[in-house]
Amino acid sequence: MAESSWDLWLDYALWLAIMVGWSLLTLVVLLVLIAFLLLMDRKVWAAVQMRRGPNVVGAFGLLQSFADLLKFVFKEPVIPAGANKGVFLLAPVATAMFALASWAVIPVNEDSLGKWVISDLNVGVLYLLALSSLAVYGIIMGGWASNSKYPFMGSLRSAAQMVSYEVSIGLVIVTVILCVGSLNLTDIVNAQKTGVGTGIGLPASALDWYWLALFPMFVIFYVSALAETNRPPFDLVEAESELVAGFMVEYSSTPYLLFMLGEYVSIVAMCALATILFLGGWLPPVDVAPFNWVPGILWFLIKTVFVFFLISMAKALVPRYRYDQLMRLGWKVFLPLSLAMVVIVAGILQYARVA
Amino acid sequence: MALTAGFFYLFAALAVASAAMVILARNPVHAVLFLILAFFNAAGLFILLGAEFLAMILVVVYVGAVAVLFLFVVMMLDVDFAELKAGFIKNAPIGLIVGGIVMGELILLFVSGGFELGLAQQPGAPIAELGRDVSNTKQLGLLLYTRYVFFFQIAGLVLLVAMIGAIVLTLQHRKNVRRQSIAAQVARTPATGMAIVKVPPGGYVLPPTESNKTETQD
Repeated sequence: MAESSWDLWLDYALWLAIMVGWSLLTLVVLLVLIAFLLLMDRKVWAAVQMRRGPNVVGAFGLLQSFADLLKFVFKEPVIPAGANKGVFLLAPVATAMFALASWAVIPVNEDSLGKWVISDLNVGVLYLLALSSLAVYGIIMGGWASNSKYPFMGSLRSAAQMVSYEVSIGLVIVTVILCVGSLNLTDIVNAQKTGVGTGIGLPASALDWYWLALFPMFVIFYVSALAETNRPPFDLVEAESELVAGFMVEYSSTPYLLFMLGEYVSIVAMCALATILFLGGWLPPVDVAPFNWVPGILWFLIKTVFVFFLISMAKALVPRYRYDQLMRLGWKVFLPLSLAMVVIVAGILQYARVA
Repeated sequence: MALTAGFFYLFAALAVASAAMVILARNPVHAVLFLILAFFNAAGLFILLGAEFLAMILVVVYVGAVAVLFLFVVMMLDVDFAELKAGFIKNAPIGLIVGGIVMGELILLFVSGGFELGLAQQPGAPIAELGRDVSNTKQLGLLLYTRYVFFFQIAGLVLLVAMIGAIVLTLQHRKNVRRQSIAAQVARTPATGMAIVKVPPGGYVLPPTESNKTETQD
């Protein structure tokens, strides 16, 4: 009896060690990736404006993000006298934690070894939706606890903005789920092995993925993802021409770093979600010889970086929306459109059985 | 099972503690934050029961939307703590009486065996006769959209009526507000938006818009 319970605990310990190992690996890869994506973001932005962008630290400025990291870490964190200290420090930690937690369910590959994911949740999409809706708390808490008017106005804006765009993201996800019939992210990718392309007799290719069958939803998802992650042109939360830096005005040093980190992690998570929902995850663009030799994780990475490139281009090209225009777009354009698409897709699936 | 029990006690204790902090916290914003923590722990309990769909919906709906609005309202209130405390002492007897009645009813219910503990004792027990291998999202869907479809629709209607009521109460058409008409802006062309006029030497020309016409008449 004693031995069997010992075995049980050993089992738990082994399981825990595997989970911790996977999580650490994911975190390290993710954070290094984000350091370079941050640089890419700035380089893309610079290229559009015909500047060079960061090019001093390391070759081509490759180490710029790490230099920034060290700078933030070694600065002094200033906490305003009137701030609500506990909530003030909780806010950036919550932002970073919710953003990082979403990577627990994102599958990056599936091969003979199994699924490359920390936790293969039954309701993976809902988990991601829940975590993206929690991101608003970091901003609200930060804005309120700073006890200052610009951060507070920024957080009020964010509360309305993120709740509104969550609605359209939710409906976009519903249409994809209708086509797949499962809330599991791996199932969603595998369902894209067949689709429009195979329907007309072509081999499995990029034409099967949902970006083609559900193209309007892909556009809506892209724009809503910009709004949900407070990226330009919807960065009213930190609009520097109106609110200095919005909810981040009073933050400095590591808390500020955590806010920025959380923001970029959630942006990349949104890119990964777009990849899974619409761009076929780790599936090769054409399922023939040279393409399907490439490991799936590379395709996943390429697609995620491509979506990230689209998001950086939006920042470089589009002027900031005004607040009432933002609300109009969310409630009067995207909500009816995506609601109509849910009905249409459900109708097609029920009566035509095309997709 | 030992681990499950451990997590149950962790989530349950945290849920009770944070629920207590909701009413004990001095600062109303802290109270709402503790309420959110209580929601989280309730979601954790749902997951232990094998009801992961309900757990996620709890987080999406209550934490992601309802509590945000709570926080939104509470943050903007100018709360006078002294007044709140006076109210607490004044209302304490009524609160105690109501709480006591609810507690007494619950105790009576447990003593008389009103709760069926059969299902609750097996975590992840399948609902109805659908079998264990069907995910609980599917079970909920099958049940909700077949047997309970009218109740579901009626609940939706009640929410719709509430929403329309709120809009009717707050909607006001102010006369002197100039609104942006996106369609009109998009439909503007050089022909409709631009005019080339000859200005006579030493004279002036006013653009032929509505506002200017009235101005010249004045």
